Amino acid sequence: MSSIAIKGVRKAYAKNAVVHGVDLDIASGEFIVILGPSGCGKSTLLRMIAGLEEITGGEIWIDGKLVNKMEPRERGCAMVFQNYALYPHMTVAENIGYALKVAGVPKAERAARVAATAKVVGLEAFLDRRPAALSGGQRQRVAMGRAIVREPKVFLFDEPLSNLDAKLRVAMRAEIRRLHRRLGATSVFVTHDQTEAMTLGDRLIVMNGGRIEQVGTPAEVYNRPATRFVANFVGSPAMNLMEGEIDRHGIFTLDAARRIAIPNAIESRLVGHKVTLGVRAEAARLVAPEAPGALPATVDFVEELGAGRVVHTDLGGVSFAVAISDPVAPGTGEPVGILIDPADVHLFAQDDGRRIDLAAPQAALDPAA
Amino acid sequence: MVERTPVFNAICQAILLIGLLIVLLPFVIVIVASTHDIRTVNTVPMPLTPGGDLFVNLHEAWVRADLGRKLFNSFLFAGTVAAGKVLLSSMAAFGIVYFRFPGRMLLFWLIFITLMLPLEVRIVPTYAVAANALAPFQAILDITGVTWLIQTLSGIRVSLEWGLLNSYTGLILPLVSTATGTFLYRQFYLTVPDELAEAAKMDGSGPVRFFVDVLLPLSKPNMIALFTIMFVWAWNQYLWPLLITTDPKFGIAATQLKTLIPSEFGLPDWNVAMAGTLLIMSPPLIVVILLQRWFVRGLISTEK
Repeated sequence: MSSIAIKGVRKAYAKNAVVHGVDLDIASGEFIVILGPSGCGKSTLLRMIAGLEEITGGEIWIDGKLVNKMEPRERGCAMVFQNYALYPHMTVAENIGYALKVAGVPKAERAARVAATAKVVGLEAFLDRRPAALSGGQRQRVAMGRAIVREPKVFLFDEPLSNLDAKLRVAMRAEIRRLHRRLGATSVFVTHDQTEAMTLGDRLIVMNGGRIEQVGTPAEVYNRPATRFVANFVGSPAMNLMEGEIDRHGIFTLDAARRIAIPNAIESRLVGHKVTLGVRAEAARLVAPEAPGALPATVDFVEELGAGRVVHTDLGGVSFAVAISDPVAPGTGEPVGILIDPADVHLFAQDDGRRIDLAAPQAALDPAA
Repeated sequence: MVERTPVFNAICQAILLIGLLIVLLPFVIVIVASTHDIRTVNTVPMPLTPGGDLFVNLHEAWVRADLGRKLFNSFLFAGTVAAGKVLLSSMAAFGIVYFRFPGRMLLFWLIFITLMLPLEVRIVPTYAVAANALAPFQAILDITGVTWLIQTLSGIRVSLEWGLLNSYTGLILPLVSTATGTFLYRQFYLTVPDELAEAAKMDGSGPVRFFVDVLLPLSKPNMIALFTIMFVWAWNQYLWPLLITTDPKFGIAATQLKTLIPSEFGLPDWNVAMAGTLLIMSPPLIVVILLQRWFVRGLISTEK
């Protein structure tokens, strides 16, 4: 178990910068998930921790030791690769035990540790098979076993579940979680799948374009996205975002018929500013078009999700999704009203996309008054 | 487009059959001729049914051409050349594919263009080098003036010499380098996923360990294919062994065959010559038959 400290780490290929100064502290035993779209530099960051990529600038400390110049084997990390990277000519037992063999562990001890690891990942029956004779999930387990057997200080996962089918992915997710609870090793997990990220991580790191957008617990990231990017990226369906201006009454105006009163907007000196307003599909409500305070919209189409439905509407040229649990959804082209509780509104600055926190919410002020 | 009609199939089969007959006919003649006595083999036309003198002829050829010694030399020569080529090309390609160093591509292309310089083209300089393997170094010392300097200072004349003529080393060493093999190996290494190298790195293995534990076992089909081709190639080498070995002790079978061919005014015992031919051409045939399953797989496989 050990902590990782990343200080101003940068990575550039020739002139092409892919990671621009990342600062991060990972506590010992923590399960960190790095979430981001493809090409955001998350894998590169992980590979720099592993020692597979050279660090262009900045420092990485593992367990209080500067590892910038260390070989991967000296860093005490184990990695699970996206395509597993099993040695095709070795049996499962040989695959799992290879790191021990390289380390010169005596044969008897090696066999014992391989057997113990195989038990942890549920592969006792397959030790003599070659990877080619295993299913995707079993190969994934071999890859995990290969990482576990060394008892590393740090586990690194590079999108390990993205080659599995949906059902297996859910099962493996639970298994990884269980494994982490059992071994307690510091883990860094890279993924572009937000469900994976939300369910696995103690803390999430959302990256975009080589920068960290937000660090926080899954709930924080979901409930208080720090930037417009995070708001849009985390959550399914994606958060509804619309651009507009806050007028002198503190009212967000999309157009003449569609206005949302923003509490504290005047105090927060937002008046006259262009902002992006975000509302989660789960937070908005679908009502009759003539309901008081409802924004008029027309239904574009309805997505059936089984447990619920997502109604995609046209809100004066802006597409707006509303998640409903009602079994009856309106038909395409029907006029509907959308009710938005101002408390569920997220505001983001138009220029840099940062979250705008309104001055203390009304409810919190009331008891004092 | 793949045509599937019985008529078209029949035509294809017929063409293949004719081709096969044309290819096999010389072999049939060799085999049949080696089974007749000297009188039958010289009748015109020679009968195409086998006679009963095969073992007599084989024995005669074996003794007359000292084939025991020569075949041993041939095996040693072809086996070592082929193994050396496999070893050298696997390592050369490993260096080119897995290490980033300046001039890497230049080096690869330098190796690659030697494809255009077969042994026959460079036979004279190669012979000169084989006559004294250290001659190039001597030349460097001479040109840079080091020889002169040492002679003036100490009075000793530097004269490097390492002759390879009439030795197994001279027979084998100049033929061990191979651009084809290096290229074949490079292409193979390029198909090995990068993650494998990274996984090995994470598992703590260094480059040599990775090479021995992962790359070599994975390249087994490749290795056998290369060995087969190169064994046959080396077995059939004629010019180089002829040139570098004057001592019959180091002669190989392919060049020795000449001694069995009847001279213009000698006894026309073609039956013995053909028996010798049969003996000399069978080993590569056997190697190919034994290894052909792997051989084909190595040339076409992309299995991972």
